[in-house]
Amino acid sequence: MADLKPGDAVPDLKTTPDKYLPHRYAGASGDFNPIHIDKEFATAVGLPSNILHGLWMMAQVARGNAQLADGDPRALKRLSVQFRGMGFPEQELTVSGTIKSVDGGRVVVDTVAEQGGNQVIRNAEAELII
Amino acid sequence: MAVKTEAVGKEWPATTYEVGLEKVREYANAIGASNPVHHDREIARSAGFRDVAAPPMFCVVYSAPAVGPAVLDPEVGINLATMLHGSQEFVWGEPVCVGDRITTTAGCAEIYEQDGKGFYVFETISTNQDGAEVVRGTWTNIVRGV
Repeated sequence: MADLKPGDAVPDLKTTPDKYLPHRYAGASGDFNPIHIDKEFATAVGLPSNILHGLWMMAQVARGNAQLADGDPRALKRLSVQFRGMGFPEQELTVSGTIKSVDGGRVVVDTVAEQGGNQVIRNAEAELII
Repeated sequence: MAVKTEAVGKEWPATTYEVGLEKVREYANAIGASNPVHHDREIARSAGFRDVAAPPMFCVVYSAPAVGPAVLDPEVGINLATMLHGSQEFVWGEPVCVGDRITTTAGCAEIYEQDGKGFYVFETISTNQDGAEVVRGTWTNIVRGV
């Protein structure tokens, strides 16, 4: 990773949350909002289905960018995201990124997450020390 | 109708969270963080951590008890039925490891209205048992139709 330069792509991270992932993430995170884990509730309030937790998707963006540092949790120094659109279980999520600047070991990445062509996290920026 | 802004500057009582091994493993499994430093004590220690390391985004677990009362405070006046999590930023400091005691304070940084929506911005600061800052969070909730 010594030759990172602006314009380089971060390797894509692709992951498909299974049907029960929102339940496991609810337990792990403590966020039991029924729009994430109860399809009947979600459709009753006008959603197409139960939707993924935004912070789970943000964790995938964190993981995708940490690939630049071989997954070392100390490397990620800052991550800002905007949640847009809804993510769904059983559909592949792709995190991608492009390096915006490199200053010594400090790398800033423009990054997004999309599902089926729909950007669910946009205008995201990650800063790593590598 | 304009948003109420009286709560800007308000701070809520600090909460403390003790980081447990199985909670970190459970969280790491749920987000697919397979790096063994999140699972195995010996590997974490040989990589320079005090104990099994929490993934950076584990910060949502120990910050949530501080943020919840702020979002629900009637003085803030958020209509939960039309609230969306609009954006989020974290800035990380010292890594968090199993056995750490993390103290988090939450405050209301900003409330404003734009395009018929209310924007409610909360900030959290989390420190470990040695007083070192581990994460700073900026949580922006958007309420439609204010």
